[in-house]
Formats: sequence, structure tokens, C-alpha cells
Amino acid sequence: MSRSRLWPVHLVLAIGAAAMVAPFFWEFLTSVQSFGESTRIPPTFVPSWEWSNYGRVFDSLPFGRQFLNTVLMTAGRTLAQLVFCALAGYAFARLRFPGRGALFVVFLSVLMVPSQLFLIPQYQIVSSLGWLNTLAALIVPGMFSAFGTFLLRQFFLGLPNDIEEAARIDGANPLRIFWHVMLPLARPGLLALGILTVLWSWNDLMWPLVVNTSPESMTLSAGLATLQGEHLTEYPVLMAGSLMATLPVIVIFVVAQKHLIQGIAFTGSK
Amino acid sequence: MTATESRVADAVTRAPGWLARLGGSGGAGRRPRGDWPWAYLMIAPTGLGLAVFYLWPVVQTVYFSFTEWGAFGGHTWVGFANYTTLFQDPAVGQALRNTFVYSGLVLLGVPLSIVLAVLLNTPKLRGVSVYRTLYFLPVVTMPAAVAMLWRWIYNGDYGLLNYGLSLFGVDGPYWVSDGRVVLYAMAVVGVWTLIGYNAVIFLAGLQGIPQHYYEAAAIDGAGRVRQFFSITLPLLSPSIFFVTVLTVIGSLQMFDLIYMMMDRGNPALTDNRTIVYLFYEAAFVDNRRGYAACIAVVLLAVILTLTVVQFRLQKKWVHYE
Repeated sequence: MSRSRLWPVHLVLAIGAAAMVAPFFWEFLTSVQSFGESTRIPPTFVPSWEWSNYGRVFDSLPFGRQFLNTVLMTAGRTLAQLVFCALAGYAFARLRFPGRGALFVVFLSVLMVPSQLFLIPQYQIVSSLGWLNTLAALIVPGMFSAFGTFLLRQFFLGLPNDIEEAARIDGANPLRIFWHVMLPLARPGLLALGILTVLWSWNDLMWPLVVNTSPESMTLSAGLATLQGEHLTEYPVLMAGSLMATLPVIVIFVVAQKHLIQGIAFTGSK
Repeated sequence: MTATESRVADAVTRAPGWLARLGGSGGAGRRPRGDWPWAYLMIAPTGLGLAVFYLWPVVQTVYFSFTEWGAFGGHTWVGFANYTTLFQDPAVGQALRNTFVYSGLVLLGVPLSIVLAVLLNTPKLRGVSVYRTLYFLPVVTMPAAVAMLWRWIYNGDYGLLNYGLSLFGVDGPYWVSDGRVVLYAMAVVGVWTLIGYNAVIFLAGLQGIPQHYYEAAAIDGAGRVRQFFSITLPLLSPSIFFVTVLTVIGSLQMFDLIYMMMDRGNPALTDNRTIVYLFYEAAFVDNRRGYAACIAVVLLAVILTLTVVQFRLQKKWVHYE
């Protein structure tokens, strides 16, 4: 198709893209409006730049603390999943052992079950260990992932055999081969799983909401719910809070989007 | 953990090819048998974690669904009492209807994603990665924040949407507290957050269609529209099936949106709750955990049934090469 016939495609794509971006733009504009401006008809499109709305988020919430909780939860879950899923995925893909097929089916069965089936017993476990309102409650159940194991198994299956064979002839044990030879090769797969896990952990709502109810131990998504309860009609403050809670993931996404897209496309292509 | 995760994950079971490959392959056949202690060691962390936090909990939840919980934690066996209550509970029937309506509405977004992917797949198109980034922003944004943002846009008095409508002389409703429109309003947000995600999966599917099919069709005189219906759609059908299964499973578990958009005092909440919202209320607000477990089991049954039905139906319309 010639370049000149592409403009209708661009037009449609641009209109759609505007529908995706405009709400965020409005979110930002609202976050720097005064309360009076936010309740005016017609709406205020040139705000008075009330940056103090951002400060007021910190007055109503232990925002810094909740930010840190969210970072630690996300980092803890992601690092643990990368290590544990890579180990298990490698074993399922490359090692031979009795019961491999059956065990793998058991792992996969976890994927088929909606998360509501786990929540009540998980809550019981965490509560009986005295972990409610702690970081452990946020991190530990999220360290294990059948999905991650599956993703990395598929990835390891696609790697060439010969380097591994060479290491094996040199007498290295499977753990050494895994660590020194295979793990470096699996970098793209690890990055894809890593960014997916970061996203899901950062954005997770129901579990953090249920286990950590004291403001100091909450994550940002649960914190936003409290903020909403407090400032029900003060949308400039609410928008400032939600923008700050969202921004880190958006930055990570823009930097690492190639790996995220690959990860999603990979799960879609069997 | 999250609905998204199970969305992605559930569908991996789709490819019949790979279920068949489960037992063997991967060059593992040539490995010495002495590997097995290492293998168990490497699987142990995830295996034990999944057993403790996922597998055993499913068994427990099923057991809990036959119990009633006292105010101070103990629970007693009540047989099928929860199930009897549940099937007569008008709130459950209503919540199931709401959930199905919401899922059905969100499914309407799937054709939009196909169109988007086809446009992005236009040969020689520039700026694809910029478009992809923009369409992906709603996907990566925290659902709690997305819900809050839309609640503001939907605000009946000062919201941007009603202002826009007023320019055309339309007096918009209170989108979030009017029981007649709130499900639709939430479904629009659901579609908005999914378009980019599904389009990426479709785009990967489109890139797998060999270009020479189109060249051959063009020689035979088939126009762009004809090519779309005779080549693109049939060859994209595995991706369409995958996305449909995922979208249904994900939207049946809708919670974040309704939790953040509708306060507990919202007059429209009672009649517009989803099934997972009902679960959350029973389990963690009202402390009726036996009943909540029962709701969860019914949800599992619904999801499994719908998934099996979709797998049956796929034989009629999905083309695997």
C-alpha cells in the first residue's frame, strides 16, 4: 500500500489512542485544580496549578510508607518467583524424573482455579502465623506461581541442547548447569515473567485489602480505597493520589515494554 | 493471584498440541536417570509453596462450603445447607445475572481489538510502537486507580462525560449510582482496559499468517474486505478463541472496578453486585466464611462449565492449521 493511502488508518488509530490517553490527561489536569475549580461547570481546562493537592495526599495517608510496602511486596514476590519458577521450570523442561508428567498436571491445575478458591484458607494460614498487617502476609503466598513455572518451562524447552550437553560431559551437576549455562540464556523469558509479576503485584487489590487493614501496613491500591472514603468528593486530591500510585508502573512499562509485550504474545502463541 | 494472571494462565490449556506433549519431549529423554534427586530439589520450593498456599486451600474451601462459621472462629458441619440457601438466595441469582451481563458486554470489546490489531498490522505503517504504548496504558494502570479516574469522569454533577453530553443537549444520568446504567458504565471501563491487551495477542496471531495467502487472494481478485473475512478471520480463529476464553474467565471475576467505583452506601450497589463482590462481602465483611466458600465453589463450577462449553463449540469454528 502506498504511503498516501495510510492516512485513514492513522486517523482511526489516532482517534482510538486519544480515547485511551484523554482520561489520563484529565486525571492530571484535575489533580492540579483547586477544589472550587473541580466543581465548576463548564469544567476547568486551564487549572490554577494547585500542586498542594499532592501534599494533601501525604496528610491523609501514610503514603510514603504504603509506597514502600508496595515496592517491597512487588520486589519480594518478583524475585522469589524468578528464582523458584526458573528452578522448577528448568527441571520440568530438561530433567528426567519419575512422576514428571503427573506433577506437571498438578501444577497446571492451579491455573484453572479462580483465586477466590484460595483466599479464605490463605487468610487462615496467614492469620494463624500472626502475619496479618505484616509484609510477610503480602509477600509469601505470592512467591509461588504455577503460571511462572509454566512460562519458563516453555522457554527452556525452546533453548538449544548442545551447550548444555557440553557442560554435562564436563561433569557439571544439573544445578550448576542451570545456574551457569541455562539461566543466562533464559534472560528474555525471565524478563517477561519479571515484568508481568511486577505489574500484577503492584496492581493487586483484594488480597492486600483483606490481610493488611492498618494504614501503616497497607499497599497503595488498598490505600487509595481509604483515601476515597476520606475525600469522597475532593477529586483533585483523589486524582493526585491515584496518579502517584500509578506512575512507577507506567515508567517501568515504558522502559521495559518490549519484554511485557513478548511475554503476553508468548502466552498467546502456545 | 490476580484475575489477570488466571486469565493469561487459564488459556494456556487451550492448545491441544501441548497437552499431548506433556509427558515427553524437550530433549529430556536423553538425560541420565541420575538426575532425579536434583529435579525434586529444584521443584521443591514452588511445589511445596503451591501445595500449602494453593492446592490444599482448594480442598479446604470445598470442605468449608459444607460448614457454618461461629462468631468466634469455630466451624461446624452443616451438610448441604449452604448450597440450599445459596440456590434460594435472590442476591446470588441477581449477582450471577449481573456478572453474565457484564461479561457479555465486555466480550463486545473483542471485535474492537481485532480491528485495532488489523490496523496496527498494516504493511509499512509507521509509529506502531507509539500506538501500542498508548493503547497499553490502561492495561498497566492499577485497576483501583482506573476505577477512581472513571468514577470522576462519570460523576453525575461535575463529570466530564455529562458535560460532553450536555453540549449535545443530553442530560446524562448519575452513571455510578443509577442502577439502570451502572453495569454498562463499568463494562465500558472493562473494555477500555482490555482493548490493548487483547490486540497484542491478536497482533501476534496476525503476524503468523503467511503473506503469500493474501498475495494469492489478490491475484484471484479478492478485495481487502473479502480477504479479511476469507483469510484473516479463519486463520486468526485460534487467537479469537483464546482471547474469548480469557475474557470470559477474567470478567466473571470482576471485583476491583465495582469495589472502587461503588461505595457501600451507594443505593445502586445492592442490585448490581457481581458474584465475586458477594464472595468478598460474605467472607471478609459479614464473616460468613462457610457461605463464602460455597459461593466460590459455585463460581468455579460456572467457570469450568463455560470453559468446557467453549472448548466443545470451538470445533465448529476454530481452524487449526
